Amino acid sequence: MPRKVIEIAQKIEYLSILDENANLDKKLEPDIPADKLKEMYRYMLLGRRTDERMLKMQRQGRLGTFPQSAGHEAISMGSAANIGKDDWHVPAYRELAGMLYRGWPIENIILFWNGFEEGTRPPELVNDLPICVPIATQLPHAVGIAMAMNIKKEKNVVMTYFGDGAASEGDCHEALNFASVFKAPVVFVCLNNQYAISVPLSRQMNCETIAQRAIAYNIPGIRVDGNDVLAVYVATKEAVERARAGLGPSLIEGLTYRLTPHTTADDPKRYRSDAETDEWMKKEPLIRFGKYLVNKGVMSPKDLEEMEADVDSQVKKAVEKAEEMAKCEDLTNPYNIIDHVFSDVPQFLQEQREELGEYIKRENDRKAKKAKSETGARS
Amino acid sequence: MAEINMAKAINLALHEAMDRDERVVVMGEDVGQDEGVFRITEGLYAKFGDNRVIDTPLAEAAIVGTAIGMSINGMRPVCEIQFTGFDYYAFHQVEGHASRFRNRTRGRIHLPMVMRAPYGGGIRALEHHSESREAYYAHTPGLKVVIPSGPRNARALLHSAIQDPDPVIYLEPKACYRLFREEVPEKMETLPIGQAQIVKEGSDLTIISYGASLRAALEAAEELEEDDNISCEVVDLLTVSPMDHKTFIKSVMKTGRCVIVHEGQRNCGIGAEIIARINEHALMYLEAPVKRVTGFDIPIPYFSKERYYLPDSERVIFACKETLNF
Repeated sequence: MPRKVIEIAQKIEYLSILDENANLDKKLEPDIPADKLKEMYRYMLLGRRTDERMLKMQRQGRLGTFPQSAGHEAISMGSAANIGKDDWHVPAYRELAGMLYRGWPIENIILFWNGFEEGTRPPELVNDLPICVPIATQLPHAVGIAMAMNIKKEKNVVMTYFGDGAASEGDCHEALNFASVFKAPVVFVCLNNQYAISVPLSRQMNCETIAQRAIAYNIPGIRVDGNDVLAVYVATKEAVERARAGLGPSLIEGLTYRLTPHTTADDPKRYRSDAETDEWMKKEPLIRFGKYLVNKGVMSPKDLEEMEADVDSQVKKAVEKAEEMAKCEDLTNPYNIIDHVFSDVPQFLQEQREELGEYIKRENDRKAKKAKSETGARS
Repeated sequence: MAEINMAKAINLALHEAMDRDERVVVMGEDVGQDEGVFRITEGLYAKFGDNRVIDTPLAEAAIVGTAIGMSINGMRPVCEIQFTGFDYYAFHQVEGHASRFRNRTRGRIHLPMVMRAPYGGGIRALEHHSESREAYYAHTPGLKVVIPSGPRNARALLHSAIQDPDPVIYLEPKACYRLFREEVPEKMETLPIGQAQIVKEGSDLTIISYGASLRAALEAAEELEEDDNISCEVVDLLTVSPMDHKTFIKSVMKTGRCVIVHEGQRNCGIGAEIIARINEHALMYLEAPVKRVTGFDIPIPYFSKERYYLPDSERVIFACKETLNF
């Protein structure tokens, strides 16, 4: 009965293929068709421009508080590019590029952050869950979806996302452990942007990486340059193939940086230095990917400009449409707040629905009376 | 002292409590360097350092669970849950342990700890940031649940909560954080937990409310008095559990009519308990059924339709008139 050593893996890989200066490691470069590369770039750009546009709207009072996605496009797109419509996309809330790529209309995103439940309704024909605000709580759902796949003998996979802060939540641990125990076909993608609102990584955990937790769950884990869409693509592709082959979950940590505040209500100057932010701005994912496409001859600088203009006009149109939708009767109908809680409205709630109706009627009567007296005063 | 808002009053209480008692520690997400997402912990980190103002990892269960451990070992933790929408992560610690330690150790171990959390709607917040679920806590034996309504009582009640030998859930109506200012006394004061206050005297009808909803109740009372010469007595519960029914029973015995206002859901809500107490103690004094003006029994809507959910003074006035015309 001696004390003895139990051998476990001690190493975690780090993967970078396209660095911040767009230097490419040709040996590691994935073979992605030109059209797909263009599509990936387009949705990353669309995510970025939508995010920027929403920030302007929020500052103008045309949108509620929302968490920005800028800087997370490579992780989101590089991973989402590896799954199809039958696979599941289970986001946290900074995977805008991937959601748009999956088919979420920009209008839904705007409506959601503008306080309309209709914005959280996933589009038809894709297996997507909506944004998940309570940190890490989506991860057990992702695992459950994947466990059902095993039971139903489906060959699909689940791609799910969480942040560095979420890694501290019990739900994150529980989900990873379940996934490992049940060999659930889940790819856990961590968007490690190094801050949970103000709390830096060093206060969030006393370890070098989040990826190394995979060792404890006996699943593959890797850290990648989260601003390098090619590295994210390669790592998640391997994980998807493993999951599809029945070999269970993987953990992929993308190291990145939030280029913006946590939400529009946050002031990052309280906890991050300008120098640090400037440094990470240089490493952001879009510029290097654009250079890569030009260097590779997939797109010319002119093509990139044209795509910019096209994306801008797409965002502009979507904003107009969302603002129109917000005024339409389907969305303004106050009874929507009651009618979707159960499959059938129970009696007690039906009575409350009538109470709401009386409230609205009184309000309308008051408005009519006021309008009448104003008209009377004018004439 | 100058007039201050509720956010500042809570902040002041934390400064005072940490100054006078070294056992008091503040812990939670973003409470240190960032000074809290609502700036409630402003100045604490700079003044008391990271040993007593603890920025924690993002884990509500561990925040409350370690606060339990700290209070077992002689500290007086005041932990912050950033929004009540996230306190469910810690509910098993609150329900399974915080509320029970005294009883199951027959008093050998007790927990002088406070869990603070901003609650309620009205600030155009995003999903999961506007809930009013005080009834969960009120339903849990062994907990005290305090909800201030203004700067002065917020400061006094937080002192009482921190000094209390048992766990106190201290819910802050965030819509009131910067809504109005009020004179608070120079000298630190406390208010007994478990005691309601009559904030306006009246004779025709009793309105019972607490927290952010008290504003709607008071507005309604003023309007009824001005427009219809109806005299309303307004009771501020301040502590929703243990509930001080003596104060409102006395009032209802006097007026014979009662309307309850809260933004939390109606089904098994605080209003339901108030009505049960009235039935038990003052049924024969009632001239009309007691009415509830509350949030509907639905998840609080995202902010575009939040106003249809939150009680406003119009709904309170309508309910009062129905009660009076019964």
